[in-house]
Amino acid sequence: MTMLFGVPLAVLYGQLLLGLINGAFYALLSLGLAVIFGLLKIINFAHGALYMLGALCAVVLLNTLGVNYWVALILSPVLVGIFGIFLERFLLRRIAHEDHIYSLLLTFGIALVIQGVFTNIYGVSGMRYPIPEALRGGVNLGFMFLPYYRAWVIVAALVVCFGTWFMIEKTKLGSYLRAGTENAKLMQAFGINVPLLVTLTYGFGVMLAAFAGVLAAPIYSVSPVMGANLLIVVFAVVVIGGMGSIIGAVLTGLGMGIIEGLTKVFYPEASSTVIFLVMVVVLLLRPAGLFGKEA
Amino acid sequence: MSQSLSSVAVHNVGLEQQRRSDRRRLIFQLVLLALALAAPFVIYPVFLMKVLCFALFAVAFNLLLGYVGLLSFGHAAFLSTGGYTTGYLLTTYSGLTPELGILAGTATATMLGLVFGLIAIRRQGIYFAMITLALAQLVFFFYVQSDFTRGEDGLHGIPRGNLFGVISLQDNLSMYYFVLAIFVLGFALVQRTINSPFGYVLKAIKENEARTTSLGYNTDHYKLVAFVISAALAGLAGSVKTIVFQLASLTDAHWHMSGEVVLMTLLGGVGTLLGPVIGAAFVVSLEHQLAQGPLGDWVNVILGGIFVICVLAFRAGIVGEVQKFMKKNFN
Repeated sequence: MTMLFGVPLAVLYGQLLLGLINGAFYALLSLGLAVIFGLLKIINFAHGALYMLGALCAVVLLNTLGVNYWVALILSPVLVGIFGIFLERFLLRRIAHEDHIYSLLLTFGIALVIQGVFTNIYGVSGMRYPIPEALRGGVNLGFMFLPYYRAWVIVAALVVCFGTWFMIEKTKLGSYLRAGTENAKLMQAFGINVPLLVTLTYGFGVMLAAFAGVLAAPIYSVSPVMGANLLIVVFAVVVIGGMGSIIGAVLTGLGMGIIEGLTKVFYPEASSTVIFLVMVVVLLLRPAGLFGKEA
Repeated sequence: MSQSLSSVAVHNVGLEQQRRSDRRRLIFQLVLLALALAAPFVIYPVFLMKVLCFALFAVAFNLLLGYVGLLSFGHAAFLSTGGYTTGYLLTTYSGLTPELGILAGTATATMLGLVFGLIAIRRQGIYFAMITLALAQLVFFFYVQSDFTRGEDGLHGIPRGNLFGVISLQDNLSMYYFVLAIFVLGFALVQRTINSPFGYVLKAIKENEARTTSLGYNTDHYKLVAFVISAALAGLAGSVKTIVFQLASLTDAHWHMSGEVVLMTLLGGVGTLLGPVIGAAFVVSLEHQLAQGPLGDWVNVILGGIFVICVLAFRAGIVGEVQKFMKKNFN
């Protein structure tokens, strides 16, 4: 067997793949956070809970209505996105003019409620979600075994991230969004319906989280607490990358996933903490984050 | 500019009034202290000690959020660090007296606060909250993996020992008065801090950091000192709590605990001296009541709901709303 630094290459590639998958989730979630932050100027502490709702929604759709994976991949984000729109319209908007710390605390409270309610209904033990038929099995690449579903997760996440980038940077709607990020008041004066844009933006960010949740359902066990710890890691990723650019969020997410995977190979004890350590180093060397603008 | 001039004028006119309200506050606090001294004869002392520990924790947290405008989402790290250090030392070295254990726990939390502070004050606003949360999670994982914390089990049967080697703390009543003394000291320290020239600079940073910088103050330095004081007092609360319950566990290190102290402060009244104490008493009592009843599983949902209601309808908190009411009707 080929070895690198005393580690079999197959193990190394396997962990790299796992790292890349984790990175894909970090990318999707931090992208959603960045999109929401751009216009609303808040950090959505409910993001982890909404990611969990996406996964849970897919499980419930399958078990009660027999809705298959491919439909759930669209339907679940839409349903959770609508829920997000309600949250923005009826809760977040009421205090949009207050200090942003209050919005942050509001989303934290919402997260506690969502997580608590579903913990009471489903318990904390994980539920299984079967891998869709078409993506079972895998292919032997010679140097490693690649399960189809894992490849699909990476491709789907990258496509969605790229689509989001395209929409924001290249379309008219995206130009409104960017203008709103720069100066919302001025844009409203130009006759653009900013409150509607804010609602849709929040809904879109929530959809990204729920989409990540459905993607995650067949790999990780689905439970009401699946989003909470993940969100804290994503926060660290956001701090590392800075919320300046979309490409930055995606690259940082993937990069951190890979670093985490490598740590699992060479020094497993630190694998759960390495991203936080990277965050500390980045803050000391470049406080605005790798892709952030200096404030 | 004109705004600051007019506020200076108001300040001068109000000096006499300020002195009178200071005296009124002192009398009010003495009455509260008398009530606290009598309380263990009416209410179960262990419950009261729990309230006092969390009250001190929330008072420490409020020094940052209420008077510097910094939202720390990582204060559980200081509470647990104080607790684990004290618990580990007292179980390992049987000759150690509790006050030395508490001093060591507080000192360790203070050092951790210095490290957190140096890293976290490099960013502002919501980034500050995210960074403190991530750093606290780092500490949490450290305690999960370390041997000396005994992981999920935690440290049990930590001896209460004899205070100064003389007074036994086994008796809940003597323990209570010790905890009360520490709480009063911590509270007095925070009150003294925010009413000092240093505290006025902190408030200035909260109102307008850029202007404070332009007046020649090194705001990072002030923020760091405030952060370290807050961490030290949170560590003190954790150390004392460990001795009271003879237990140090991961619960105190979890991000949930960081959220809970935010809730206590918010509910009681951010930026009021007594608010965090009232908030802590309310949350601890509520959890205590719910844990016994049929709603035990719904504690988190209810706490989250209170969070949402507080933020939406009730941002000044209990004490803040009462103050508003008093001002409107009695001044």
